[in-house]
Amino acid sequence: MSSAAAKETAKALPKDHPLAELFYQIRHNRSASIGLFIILFFILVALLDPLIAPHDPITQDISMRKTAPLTAGYVLGSDDLGRDILSRIIYGSRISMLIGVVAVGIAILFGSLIGIVSAYYGGVVDTVIMRLIDIMLAFPFIILTIIIVSIMGPSLFNAMVAIGISQVPQYARLVRASVLAEKENDYVTAERSLGTGDLELMFRSILPNCLAPVSVQATLGIGSAILESAALSFLGLGAQPPTPEWGLMISDGKEFITNAWWIVTMPGIATLLAVLGFNLLGDGLRDILDPRLKD
Amino acid sequence: MFRFILKRLALLFPTVFGVVTLVFFMIALTPGDPARVMLGERASEKQLTELRQQLGLDKPLAQQYGLYLKRIVKLDFGRSIRSGQKVADDIRTYFPATIELTIFAMIIASLLGIWIGVLSATHKNTWIDVGSMMGALVGVSMPIFWLALVMIMIFSVGLDLFPTGSRMNVRFFFQPHTNFYLIDTFPYLFKGHPEYFLSALHHLVLPSVCLATIPLAIIARTTRSSLLEVLKQDYIKTVRSAGVKERRVIFRYALRNALLPVITVIGLQFGYLLSGAVLTETIFAWPGIGKWLYTAIQARDYPAVQGGIIVISTSFILINLLVDLLYSLINPKIRLS
Amino acid sequence: MKKALMLLLVLLMGGSFLFASGDKESNDKASSSKEGGVLVFARSNDAVGLDPGTEDDGESFYPIRHIYEGLVAFKPGTTEPEPRLAESWEVSADGLTYTFHLRSGVKFTDGTPMNADAVVYSFERQFKEDHPAYDQGPWKYWGYMSMSDIVDSVVALDDMTVQMNLQKVEAPLLNNLSMEFAVIVSPTASAKYGDDFKNNPVGTGPYKMVSWTKGDSIVLEKNADYWGENIFLDRIIFKVIPDATARWLALQKGEVDIIDLPSPEDLDAIRADANVDLVSGAGLNVGYLAMNTAKKPFDNKLVRQAINYAINKDDIIKGVYGDSGQAAKNPIPPTMWGYNDDIVPYEYNPAKARELLAKAGYPNGFSTTLWAMPVVRPYNPNAKKMAEVMQEQLKAVGITAEIVSYEWGTYLDKTDNGEHDMALLGWGGDNGDPDNFLWVLLSEPAAIPPAGNIAFWKNAEFTALCKEAKETADLATRAELYKKAQVIFHEECPWVPVAHSTDYVAMKKNVKGFVMSPLARREFYHCYLED
Repeated sequence: MSSAAAKETAKALPKDHPLAELFYQIRHNRSASIGLFIILFFILVALLDPLIAPHDPITQDISMRKTAPLTAGYVLGSDDLGRDILSRIIYGSRISMLIGVVAVGIAILFGSLIGIVSAYYGGVVDTVIMRLIDIMLAFPFIILTIIIVSIMGPSLFNAMVAIGISQVPQYARLVRASVLAEKENDYVTAERSLGTGDLELMFRSILPNCLAPVSVQATLGIGSAILESAALSFLGLGAQPPTPEWGLMISDGKEFITNAWWIVTMPGIATLLAVLGFNLLGDGLRDILDPRLKD
Repeated sequence: MFRFILKRLALLFPTVFGVVTLVFFMIALTPGDPARVMLGERASEKQLTELRQQLGLDKPLAQQYGLYLKRIVKLDFGRSIRSGQKVADDIRTYFPATIELTIFAMIIASLLGIWIGVLSATHKNTWIDVGSMMGALVGVSMPIFWLALVMIMIFSVGLDLFPTGSRMNVRFFFQPHTNFYLIDTFPYLFKGHPEYFLSALHHLVLPSVCLATIPLAIIARTTRSSLLEVLKQDYIKTVRSAGVKERRVIFRYALRNALLPVITVIGLQFGYLLSGAVLTETIFAWPGIGKWLYTAIQARDYPAVQGGIIVISTSFILINLLVDLLYSLINPKIRLS
Repeated sequence: MKKALMLLLVLLMGGSFLFASGDKESNDKASSSKEGGVLVFARSNDAVGLDPGTEDDGESFYPIRHIYEGLVAFKPGTTEPEPRLAESWEVSADGLTYTFHLRSGVKFTDGTPMNADAVVYSFERQFKEDHPAYDQGPWKYWGYMSMSDIVDSVVALDDMTVQMNLQKVEAPLLNNLSMEFAVIVSPTASAKYGDDFKNNPVGTGPYKMVSWTKGDSIVLEKNADYWGENIFLDRIIFKVIPDATARWLALQKGEVDIIDLPSPEDLDAIRADANVDLVSGAGLNVGYLAMNTAKKPFDNKLVRQAINYAINKDDIIKGVYGDSGQAAKNPIPPTMWGYNDDIVPYEYNPAKARELLAKAGYPNGFSTTLWAMPVVRPYNPNAKKMAEVMQEQLKAVGITAEIVSYEWGTYLDKTDNGEHDMALLGWGGDNGDPDNFLWVLLSEPAAIPPAGNIAFWKNAEFTALCKEAKETADLATRAELYKKAQVIFHEECPWVPVAHSTDYVAMKKNVKGFVMSPLARREFYHCYLED
């Protein structure tokens, strides 16, 4: 996607209320508004977890293990240690939201840094950096995260870092492409002739104009980070018990598919919904910020 | 054209070399001692030292790297620490299982995906379009390992339609040669044992449908937007105004050009699945390379991890190259950029 | 496009349904006699290798037991050695010389004769460093059993007589020789294949290997020239199905005949199935929580006792072992001789636990770490889950325990060096002798890093009792000594002995002749399929 298009949109917005305008557009875009609604719902749940969860997510009651949904006060049933699945999903939403944001944050931070340096200086620097990025992209993605976690040890935080690192190349490429396009603009030449320093030019003038494509990618990226962290936890490489992480809950339930279907099913639906929310919003944002793709 | 190919091939080497080096140092950084994993609860210090010596783990890192490079250049991946088998032999056993699964999944994803994409584009903004695109978005958001478990729960446990995993009925006494079971069992179709081939096919269904979910969704979305783009172009308007039937417009004139970006997507997805199948393989007990590699990482089986990653990465790079070449064959303009 | 799609669907569905019936194909047995048939055994993991000297995992031993035989072997269903390739033997009066008389006319499946040279070869390759095959090691079990400190030499007296000379009296020697590492291999094949011998096994057993698809299945075929009798099956297939529930589904659908280690969660369904038999045996193992007595506050006996009172084993067994566990009170399993049944276990009593903690100077409890293994072991089906349950129970008496886990190799390394506070681990018996538990896991010498005694518990009295028992020949005296040692263990409690897991196998009703082994082996020697 080109940033020129994004700038066109930016020009179309009233200068004093760009965010309000964006919000207006989101409300009038079907998929963006549904997505935003789902995400806000999960964020609300994540913030209010102790207030709305009917049970403690960790407390066990072995005599009530594998209680079916809608019985004995367990709305979504209980797991194999008698913990309330609904409460665990509620507490899990905080973890999943956090993972998504932190992992993508790491990826954006390092990705944009690499991308902007590469594009701004060009030449040998650019070639070397892009070669390295190519190597990272050629490396099998999930295997890369598995190895990074193996190096750092399995934990939720390390899983976030691993996912963040493995997403760095996407942002590096994206930012590089938009900076390259941006560099050619008159205002850059003008500012440079006025003696603006490299750093200021890079981060104050150019980077903000590349944020549109990054924001689309970031929204989609949060969704995939949630999926990946669930996958890592499923393999035992992410969150550790008794953390109510969705992937870990699915993994716990796989033993019981013949006799307690809800243990596996419920956290999966939660994951699907949350990721769907981010994908809907990301799709909508792309339509809004890059009108060329609108049909 | 020839020079373009040569140039691309030449660029391949630094990337592969980078992967080879990255693999080595990442693995050197990984804590955990393969000797310890092998010997388990009962190991004595003397046994551990002996085994480390035998594996060459006591040498300085630079020397290990040198020896490693020398081996790789000769395409010798060494022997797996765990199984004692040649890593190359292991790869020859497990990689075909993954490739077979992936190809099957990509066939399902491409055929269904393109069909849904075309349907969506031609019925733009109807319930078919909205429904399919919503479905595609759900597909992209799907935790695959969860889908796999749910499918087993419904189709194997509940309805008893498909086996829960593995590649073929165990009772069949059958020696694979290529390890592509559909190829290996094909001759038996005419030798009075059609059940071999059918069994292999039957076992492929659930895992490949599962694996196809995400590529299917992406292909459907790409096809739709690409076709809509093409349909806006002037030459389509010309063809339409000449009174050509709409079906013919779509399939004869529009789709061919619209499929260009779809081919890229198919190639990319195919490459991702080669390693991305690890979860699906784990759940369906599919003896593929992803699962094999994952176990090797867990066991700190250095030679196996190195060999596995190098082979997967190189295939990934080659597939990308192939897609680019194909693309430039169809659309020569690309070579200029 | 549509056509292609339809074709694909038709092919898929048609193929599948046609075939759904084909999957339930019956065994191709010729007559109604016991002879013939294919037995499919589904288990959780593949063998690592099939060289009996270099492997140490149960999954490798399953097929190894069918391919090879030792001089002696455990009588089916027991831990008592009985003659196998040795027809008889004599022990010298000082207990240092064993003379074995070999069975004549036995051939390896490569056609070479089994004789004294083969026996000497099979042992010497494991400990003589100048032996041509020594480099094919590590000879894991030879090392684990400290055989180099026991055996001095193995000599061929004539073609059919072998003498084993010992450095010291070893009461459980014949038990050791009944283990897998001590079976007799074909020297010709071992020399021919070298490092690849583990993929091309050749022994004298009732079955020989015909194919091995790594990670998937091993096919054994009947050895037509086998010297023994009552071998019925044409083929045995060892099939890998890692997931326990998937194994049960495969048995239900008739895809396999016997399954190993069904999930505890499925036991009720298995019992209810009229076409399936569930066979169980007490496992010769123990899963325990070791408290690092070299560290505060676990150097205090009262703290250790408090933790024993705080742990509710019933809940752990219900939540982690399901039906397949039995609460432990001693460090050795109840089926083993020398087990002290007079010990009264610590009951679940959080109030008492808090009281003891207060007495020890921790009225408000303390914070610590609880280590959990990352892998499934026979003695502990799910260590992380066990840690979760314990964490809750400890919280109730004021102890905050953080769950820690490492990759398996690192985990063993760190616990062996005493980096943990509390750690879950366990042990499965090798030869049925209490020495194999008490000495290896709790003696003073075992507390030197890398330690087998990961409680780092050093009790001179306990160690002296075990040492005496080790060097006594009389079984009754040994049993008494071990019983006394268990009393000390109970009082000092360096562990919380958690559970002994029960060993389960489920099979179709028409599978006959299977005997459960207390050593968690799977032997199908005399199995047959009934019509």
